[in-house]
Amino acid sequence: MPKEFKRGKLAPLPSNVLIPERDLDKSPILECRRLGIDFGGLRAVDDLDLTIGRTEIAGLIGPNGAGKTTVFNLLTKVYNPTRGSILLDGTDTAGKTTVQVNRMGIARTFQNIRLFHNQSVLDNVLIGLHNSMTCSLASSILRLPSYWKNEKIARERAMEYLSLFGLESHANELAGSLPYGAQRRLEIARALATNPSLLLLDEPAAGMNPSETAELMENIVRIRDTFQIAVLLIEHDMNLVMGICEGICVLNFGKVIAKGSPEQIRENPAVIEAYLGRKGVAEA
Amino acid sequence: MMNRNKNFGRNLLTFAVVIAAYAILQPMVLAGSVSATLKGMLVPICAYVAMALSLNLTVGVLGELSLGHAGFMSVGAFAGATTAIALQQAVASAPLRLAIALAVAAVFAALVGFLIGIPVLRLNGDYLAIVTLAFGEIIKSIFNNLYLGLDDRGFHVSLLEDRTGLAEEGRMIIAGPMGIGNIPKIASFTGGFILILLCLAVIFNLVNSRQGRAVMAIRDNRIAAESVGIPVTKYKMMAFVISAAMAGAAGALFSLNYSTVVANKFDFNTSILILVFVVFGGLGNMLGSVIAAAALTILPEALRSFSNYRMLIYAIVLILVMLATNNPTLKMLIGRTIPKRKGAAESA
Repeated sequence: MPKEFKRGKLAPLPSNVLIPERDLDKSPILECRRLGIDFGGLRAVDDLDLTIGRTEIAGLIGPNGAGKTTVFNLLTKVYNPTRGSILLDGTDTAGKTTVQVNRMGIARTFQNIRLFHNQSVLDNVLIGLHNSMTCSLASSILRLPSYWKNEKIARERAMEYLSLFGLESHANELAGSLPYGAQRRLEIARALATNPSLLLLDEPAAGMNPSETAELMENIVRIRDTFQIAVLLIEHDMNLVMGICEGICVLNFGKVIAKGSPEQIRENPAVIEAYLGRKGVAEA
Repeated sequence: MMNRNKNFGRNLLTFAVVIAAYAILQPMVLAGSVSATLKGMLVPICAYVAMALSLNLTVGVLGELSLGHAGFMSVGAFAGATTAIALQQAVASAPLRLAIALAVAAVFAALVGFLIGIPVLRLNGDYLAIVTLAFGEIIKSIFNNLYLGLDDRGFHVSLLEDRTGLAEEGRMIIAGPMGIGNIPKIASFTGGFILILLCLAVIFNLVNSRQGRAVMAIRDNRIAAESVGIPVTKYKMMAFVISAAMAGAAGALFSLNYSTVVANKFDFNTSILILVFVVFGGLGNMLGSVIAAAALTILPEALRSFSNYRMLIYAIVLILVMLATNNPTLKMLIGRTIPKRKGAAESA
């Protein structure tokens, strides 16, 4: 099996990795080794080792400016890493573009929502389905049968994705006219439509009230269960992070200061110090 | 399936307006009840409408400002006229010759669009606009210095001066700054009408397809488009080349309506004129482009009675209409009288 062969080439996993027990395939979906990027003299991310199991919900946390979004930009090849490697399902992503990495199976949302505001909610998801449609330019312009077949299937699937997030009744509205929380949900739906094996969520709960956040938590777990994919999320809402993440990685000044389960992270002195300062540790 | 095209009603209206205009004008032309001035303008109007549609694809749908669109028109005009002259004996039927000339012109313009697109589409915004402007001027200079002759040994090309060495009975087709002379006037109103319908069909079908959505996704948010796996350069190029092909066909139609065509006709002013049609009609609004191109081509002629002041009045009318259509109060008034588009789409 080619997959077995690939797995054989992987280095031994670091001891603090949490591959969920339920995963039959114990090889990680994502593995970063000594990943780093410099902006001029600034080491924005340094020596990042990160592994994520196939159906794991993992959290990436840290104070503001710790380099969390930079990690997402490295994973999606918006930036090219200065050092280290990223393996997606055992395949090195070096030299790949953002588009190619998406086709390999990484989809993301953005901290500042990036929807196609002037297009309908349905069209946003249809754009996410772009690479799963196959009709050529000629069949689109000449409206050949393959166009109609593709459109029909894509529309049905897009409506399914929308109904997962309770957006099906808004399908024909402009994406920009949706309320904030719905825009965040639509962005996740659009990312899911690209059929990823790893979903990156950048502050999915930002700007949401507690009840919306609770709903979002349920949604994330349900997405993982339904699609059997891994989720890596950046979040400042500790209730969400501690509530659904199985593994957590804490970043400060671009370096990993702690890794482990929510319980381990909560009691880690280095994490408390990063968030509260040295005095906070003494009080805690 | 019933819900599948949200712009369906509006697209239908655009076709209806074009077909109605043709259905009214064509019998009048046949009956001879149209003034000679208007009759002479019908084909140029069709060419300008097709140009406006083509540029609206680049500016409105792709979202990139092109200031050199007359360059593609020029490529089409020269390629189309050359084809028509070369096929004068081979193809007897004028409409068929027109169709072949338009197709050849579209292919040549698409080719030039592709070559120009390679460097240009790496740029964005203002930079792209300025570089397209430069390419428009380069195309003009090339045609001003191009000599192309045809004799029984085939085509002969030379640049800067006439070194084609034509045989006695050969024919000079493109004579540098003199352009092309003795063009067979085979362009017809019906031909122009069909060209407009084709352009509309291509644009509407493109916009409501996988490819068109990708193009608009790039326009709306390039970073997000990349993040969902849409190759940006490929789709920018696709839209740009289709737009260039349409401009080429429009240019061929334009040139085959006159007995001579020179490169200086397709200069920066023509590019801007077409951009005015597009902005005036509304970005991405194809019906607007059709109406604006037709109205603004007729207006200077209609103002002839004002003699010297006509271009002044033309400019003032343009400014007033632009101001009026962007006036929030007026927009609100129109919004109140006409039911909202979103509501209309939902009920349809």
